[in-house]
Amino acid sequence: MLLVGLLPAAWLAARTAGWLGGLGTNPIERLLIESGTIAMITLLSALAVTPLRRLTGMAAITRLRRMIGLLAFGYVSLHFLVWLGVDLFFDVSLILDDLTQRPYVMAGFAAWVILLLLASTSTDRAVRVLKRNWARLHRLVYAAGVLAVIHVIWLTRADYREATIYALVLLVLLGSRVVWTVAQRRKVRGEPARNGVT
Amino acid sequence: MLIRSRSSSEPKPSEITPEAVYLRRRDFMRAGLGLGAGMLLPAMAGARASLDFSPGAYGTDEKLTPYEDVTTYNNFYELGTGKADPARNADQLRTEPWSVQVDGACARPGNYALEDFLSPWALEERVYRLRCVEGWSMVIPWIGFELNKVLSQAEPTGSARYVAFETLLDPDNLSGQRRPVLEWPYVEGLRMDEAMHPLTLLAVGLYGETLPNQNGAPLRLVVPWKYGFKSIKSIVRITFTEKEPPTAWNRAQPSEYGFYSNVNPDVAHPRWSQRTERRIGEFRRRRTLMFNGYADEVAQLYAGMDLKKHF
Repeated sequence: MLLVGLLPAAWLAARTAGWLGGLGTNPIERLLIESGTIAMITLLSALAVTPLRRLTGMAAITRLRRMIGLLAFGYVSLHFLVWLGVDLFFDVSLILDDLTQRPYVMAGFAAWVILLLLASTSTDRAVRVLKRNWARLHRLVYAAGVLAVIHVIWLTRADYREATIYALVLLVLLGSRVVWTVAQRRKVRGEPARNGVT
Repeated sequence: MLIRSRSSSEPKPSEITPEAVYLRRRDFMRAGLGLGAGMLLPAMAGARASLDFSPGAYGTDEKLTPYEDVTTYNNFYELGTGKADPARNADQLRTEPWSVQVDGACARPGNYALEDFLSPWALEERVYRLRCVEGWSMVIPWIGFELNKVLSQAEPTGSARYVAFETLLDPDNLSGQRRPVLEWPYVEGLRMDEAMHPLTLLAVGLYGETLPNQNGAPLRLVVPWKYGFKSIKSIVRITFTEKEPPTAWNRAQPSEYGFYSNVNPDVAHPRWSQRTERRIGEFRRRRTLMFNGYADEVAQLYAGMDLKKHF
């Protein structure tokens, strides 16, 4: 599974090296776009783990959750580093310009900061230390997903097809959690739920 | 002896490429094209023909962006929104027959077959920088003639203050026009003095040959001191107007794309940095120049205007 998760990295590395058609006329822009796409898909995959487990009842999927989450952090970091180090070449004034003036950069950066926080508290030890707060903290991944989709919507010039797909997938994944939570609460309160208080 | 002053955007004599080397660059191109022809087939749909032209004014000694990059990395949403789409879908653009309508506030309007529209004018080569609003740039050897020739011939009336342009509307063939990404047809406009400026070019070719479809065949505008989207492609209509005409990107996002859209590193676009640009083929970003480096020629057009307001 980890090998599958690393395939996009290998594919991107091969293209950067000039294989598989290379990166085209504007290679840095292409690298930014492709790394961003991979990051987005991996992040959405990480968000799909829990709904999939609930749907299929396969507890084994949960074991993949941390790995996919860390992969998502890795690809978002790669995307972030391409922007920081290759596109802007660590030019501090340009970086500050982007971070302070461009809303889509702020949204993307915020998503990365969240994922950084989650990745650094992804160890077993952190789970033990943070106890119930760990689950609360890691719910921030939803915010990262929302910010990532906003990032894409805001950087789109006119053709919203790709952004729409991401938004719909995110909506389904987050919506399924809402549905599930409501259903759980009902179960806890006991059926029928509607004839209690007057 | 003729003594001429040099504006800062012109190359110093020492920077000028020796003529022999300059002339040979096309040989390199042709050799490269011959080798790559098999792979470039879609980009070459439509007949490419050499043009007769003379070297023109306003040259630059900057390195030309390779033909392949100029013709495979395009924004031409009528042929798709991806950068490689226009070259891939180039055969969707039917350029024959082609006619150009000149109308509006002028004494001599007309509807011309393309050949008749072009035949009065001698072609010249203009090597211009092209700066896209997305933050990339190229150096392109266009072949064309000054727009002011066509405009003068139409004898605009005193009330003509703007010139409007329109791209072909053909959703049956142009797949991009079947999606409402922009309002079709694509329209653009210039103030009369901008349109009459000698830098403003009507281009029919690049690299010595007729325009490939993806670059706006058979006739396009080139306004080198403005962001690339002002240089409207595949023109079918030129109209003199009294009021500022609508422009495609301004209609889509008025807060981001103004009527003037002059290249200006000091006016930030909400999404892309305009302080710097990536010249295609270069690794590091370079500083974007005011009016794309044509300030000496055009800055006086905007004297007294607040360019932050009139972006």
